[in-house]
Amino acid sequence: MSEMTYRDALNLALKEEMRRDPSVVTFGEDVALYEGSFKVTRGLLAEFGEERVKDTPISENTIVGVAVGAAMGGLRPVAELMTVNFALLAMDQIVDHMAKIRSMFGGQTFLPMVVRMPGGGGSQLGAQHSQSLETYFMHCPGLRVVYPAFPADAKGLLKSAIRDNNPVIFLEHELLYNSKGEVPDDPEFLVSFGRANVVKEGTDVTIVAYARMTVLALQAAAELEQAGISCEVVDLRTLNPLDTETMIASARKTGRAVVVEECWRTAGLGGDLAHRIHEACFETLLAPVKRVAGLDVPMPYSRKIEKLCIPQPESIVAAVKEVLHGN
Amino acid sequence: METRLRAVLPDQQLIRLYEQMVLSREFEESCAEQYTKGHITGFLHLYSGQEAVAVGATAGLHKDDYILSAYREHAQAIVRGADPKRVMAELFGKSTGICKGKGGSMHLFDPSLNFMGGYAIVGGQFPIACGLAFSAKYRGEDRLAACFFGDGAVNQGTFHEGLNWARLWELPVLFVCENNFYGIGTEVHRSSAIPDIHKRTCGYDIPSEKVDGMDVLAVYAAVKRAAEWVREQSRPYLIEAVTYRFRGHSMADPAKYRSAAEHEVWKARDPIPAFSKRLLEEGIVTQPQLDAILEKARAKVNEAVTFAEESPWPEDGAVWEDIYV
Repeated sequence: MSEMTYRDALNLALKEEMRRDPSVVTFGEDVALYEGSFKVTRGLLAEFGEERVKDTPISENTIVGVAVGAAMGGLRPVAELMTVNFALLAMDQIVDHMAKIRSMFGGQTFLPMVVRMPGGGGSQLGAQHSQSLETYFMHCPGLRVVYPAFPADAKGLLKSAIRDNNPVIFLEHELLYNSKGEVPDDPEFLVSFGRANVVKEGTDVTIVAYARMTVLALQAAAELEQAGISCEVVDLRTLNPLDTETMIASARKTGRAVVVEECWRTAGLGGDLAHRIHEACFETLLAPVKRVAGLDVPMPYSRKIEKLCIPQPESIVAAVKEVLHGN
Repeated sequence: METRLRAVLPDQQLIRLYEQMVLSREFEESCAEQYTKGHITGFLHLYSGQEAVAVGATAGLHKDDYILSAYREHAQAIVRGADPKRVMAELFGKSTGICKGKGGSMHLFDPSLNFMGGYAIVGGQFPIACGLAFSAKYRGEDRLAACFFGDGAVNQGTFHEGLNWARLWELPVLFVCENNFYGIGTEVHRSSAIPDIHKRTCGYDIPSEKVDGMDVLAVYAAVKRAAEWVREQSRPYLIEAVTYRFRGHSMADPAKYRSAAEHEVWKARDPIPAFSKRLLEEGIVTQPQLDAILEKARAKVNEAVTFAEESPWPEDGAVWEDIYV
């Protein structure tokens, strides 16, 4: 084990997989010479050369489409979109091509490709650079959607994504890049898709979260522990495939659940998760599932009011108390 | 003066081009009939009139070269070698279809023939062609990606992104525009600031040329020459093949935006009789041989229809298959 940041864990995953498999290539805006806007691709150009680590024009739709074609041609491309916000320019290639090609061509091909996208709010980047679009991707069949919370998962999940034969949307939270954690050194350390992680055991309330929301949920759980409330925190890790079993088993055990999502509340993924829990645990639930979500507003810039739009540990604490004691 | 056919290709290959055009036409006209009978449903975009492009271009490519096309691609697939039976079954939505009935008319695909798909979002194939060309170059394979598209696609961002990218990364992509003058009902001069589509590559330093898309041999010669250049240089090239569709955009389109006079002018240039006339004039075939080719094509198409009719529907369980690996 080594202590490293989420950023360095991702960087290490890329390096290990590129060393292991010459069919892995990576490209995107500023990934090579500039070493990535968030420096996730630091050192890659120096080690692997310009054949395998490539800068691209600012053409997001084509970045994804080139990865689709390259994957069809037998490579394992890892494309980077500078941020998830720019994925909106690539939605045609993501939704109409990357997600559908295997199915609409009758299973005659497959796309072993990854599109990495940093995202999330909280950095005062304004409405166009602060979005959480995970629901968009989760809604679309044919994609895998991964969103790690911790450095170890970042490494293990990215390595699994690169080895996976399905097209993977790999989300990275911009506010987690500097977070630190213990990461296994083993170059064969992989984290399987579709396995949620119970990151804290508890007995009173289940908190279901992903990515940065898991980190906030743990902070909330620690605070609630002081007040004698025992929370179990489930980190989904992958949104597709979705490990409903772990989430439901936990909700069954505690009888109460709070679902935390960073995306907009309306039609957000938390509504789907809450529904799954209600459907499976209706008889044993002691209270309706509570949702903590982003506000249904375009993100404001000012940090004083931006904070109101993103779930905070306090909002999770309040929601847990509500499912325990009512409003 | 027209080039003599025999100066370009041996007799057997010339006859093969003719057979392929006839088969394409017969297949498409049969599709129209099956559509009116309700056996083929959904969108159906027929290729009648444009045969010289698919047939000439495919003959000018290597078998290893990738081909990508849009949604008017039945002939592209069949000329590349796809079994008409399995293509027709696909259009019928049967499990024996080339994509198991999951794709339909607009999404034919056969990787064993390097036929890498029909794409139905206008311009969706440009980036994918670049990606396939990149993989070929990266792996040191001697193959290019031939990317077919219509005149309507040149106003999509992906066209410009793809041209820029292919030139920047020096990718072996042969762009082939089938300019049939209409994006559904909008004529080229009403959608493109420069109606001469081949001129639109000048901003990307990509050489291009215009070819008569009603002349199968002209298309063949242009594509063969361009493909050799693309392979040697590992750089993109664009061919604009000027052609005409004899039917509407799809079966749902009566094409009232085109004048009868215009239609007649182009019908008079039908690539199939135009080519048979030359074959006869040069003594490469006899009329009975031409008749036999037509009969053979009709029999093949009828066989395809019977196969499609008699094939089973997909099982209900197929709905969950082939989405993930």
